[in-house]
Amino acid sequence: MQTEPLIVNIGPQHPSTHGVFRLKLSLDGERILDADMVVGYLHRSMEKLAEERSYTQNIPFTDRTDYLAAMTGNLAYCLAVEKLLGVEPPPRAQWLRVIMAELQRIASHAMAIGTFINDCGAWQTPLMYMFREREKILDLFEMACGARLTTNYMRIGGVSRDIPAEFMPRATALVKELPDRIREYEGMGLGNEIVVARARGIGVLTAEQAINSSVTGPMLRGSGVAWDIRKADPYAAYDKVQFDIPVGTAGDCYDRFLVRLEELRQSTRILEQALEALPEGPVNLDLPLAIRPPVGESYGRIESPRGELGFYIISDGGPSPYRFHIRAPSLINLTSLKEMSVGLTVADAIVVLGSVDIVVGELDR
Amino acid sequence: MTVATRILSGFDVAHRIDGSLSGAVVEATPEWAEVHAERLPEVARFLHDDPELDFHYLTSLTGVHRLDHFEVAYHLQSIAKNQLGVLKAKSWNVEEPQLPSVVPVWRGALLQEREAFDLLGIRFQGHPDLRRMFLWEGFPGHPLRKDWLGMPGDRMSGLQGFPGEPGFDNQGRG
Repeated sequence: MQTEPLIVNIGPQHPSTHGVFRLKLSLDGERILDADMVVGYLHRSMEKLAEERSYTQNIPFTDRTDYLAAMTGNLAYCLAVEKLLGVEPPPRAQWLRVIMAELQRIASHAMAIGTFINDCGAWQTPLMYMFREREKILDLFEMACGARLTTNYMRIGGVSRDIPAEFMPRATALVKELPDRIREYEGMGLGNEIVVARARGIGVLTAEQAINSSVTGPMLRGSGVAWDIRKADPYAAYDKVQFDIPVGTAGDCYDRFLVRLEELRQSTRILEQALEALPEGPVNLDLPLAIRPPVGESYGRIESPRGELGFYIISDGGPSPYRFHIRAPSLINLTSLKEMSVGLTVADAIVVLGSVDIVVGELDR
Repeated sequence: MTVATRILSGFDVAHRIDGSLSGAVVEATPEWAEVHAERLPEVARFLHDDPELDFHYLTSLTGVHRLDHFEVAYHLQSIAKNQLGVLKAKSWNVEEPQLPSVVPVWRGALLQEREAFDLLGIRFQGHPDLRRMFLWEGFPGHPLRKDWLGMPGDRMSGLQGFPGEPGFDNQGRG
């Protein structure tokens, strides 16, 4: 009897794809023979748009790439331009950047964990708990810069404005509360038999495969590679804080989940130190808004919640970048999607995709 | 406690390549080393396997249109030695730029080369699955090229109506 694989499209409009992302699976019965992705539904050609705008005007684009982690997007871009200009922001700005980036990491990881538990079948309730802490973090962002999601807070040479007086007490209170909350998350995830059963041994990526596929962030660390740009290539004030890099052992979806959980703790630890260490002083170099960096190129990178976020900027000496390239971790982490999902079932593919933690705004740019 | 990534100068990388593959390097600057496009596969394999450079990890791949040529910049990272180097290769064919694919060496180039093909039209020979990624099949031109100023024939990008409606031109994604 002649048989042929069945093609199943998941998305573009589907709650498990975390945005407008289409997963195309070829199936033999319930088994996945091939996994392909169709992206571009959210393509806004940011790299082309940025070539016509000034360096400062490009900062809002970086909010809108990874919209769950706007602060880290701002930071990576500003870092790349600062490298090009050869300037260093004042110490208070450096520490504010660390505080904002870590708050953002907690907010983003809480979403990643929440949606992952959701994908595993614990429908919506855990996610709502995660939203609770994220709300508080977004309130802090609103205090600092007036916006909750598209923050546009960082500037080339510092941050746009200093934090208001009420920021510190609220942030300190939140940091005190976080360890209890993280324990709660852990209970919701690890205490849930369904999550453990569905995530363990699924979507395994060995360290070698992960490195060869340029996978970054919690995925790479889940595969047992202790690689974190915050430690390997410290930026802002990360060389002055103490924290550990959690790594997994099996490289499966469960390990990625554990790595993210532990990173919440490490981020809290960094926040405790950063709030303590925040020095007084100016928060910006007061560079002019229109700048013309010297001819050259720079690659600025940070550890965003999703992995290595890099900006490769080429200047021809003009008022806008000649080339503006975003090294998007959401896109590059999907390189190994096929390896991870072939041989599994359709339901497992949802868990695998959830463990990658993509943000389609950054994937498509 | 922490040691920042060592940024290898282009001279170091070029010197190392020259030691084993003579004649492959075109030019070296403090920032990058440029190699002949046709030597790229062996250079990539060498950089990956060389114990001193140890570039097991392709961090970023970027295509750039420089008006009279196309260049691709490879940011290469060694995780064990924590060092970063930049390799470049150029294609002087402005109409149909071509470069060998590095996917056989670094699988991480799979989607990044597809992106460069989609937006810049650089054809990577030997790429296992070179298709458009963000734009649809049949999209006129490659928008990240400097000479791409808009859609030809006053066409607008995106759908001009709903599929199935009278007058709907099914040239787009449909």
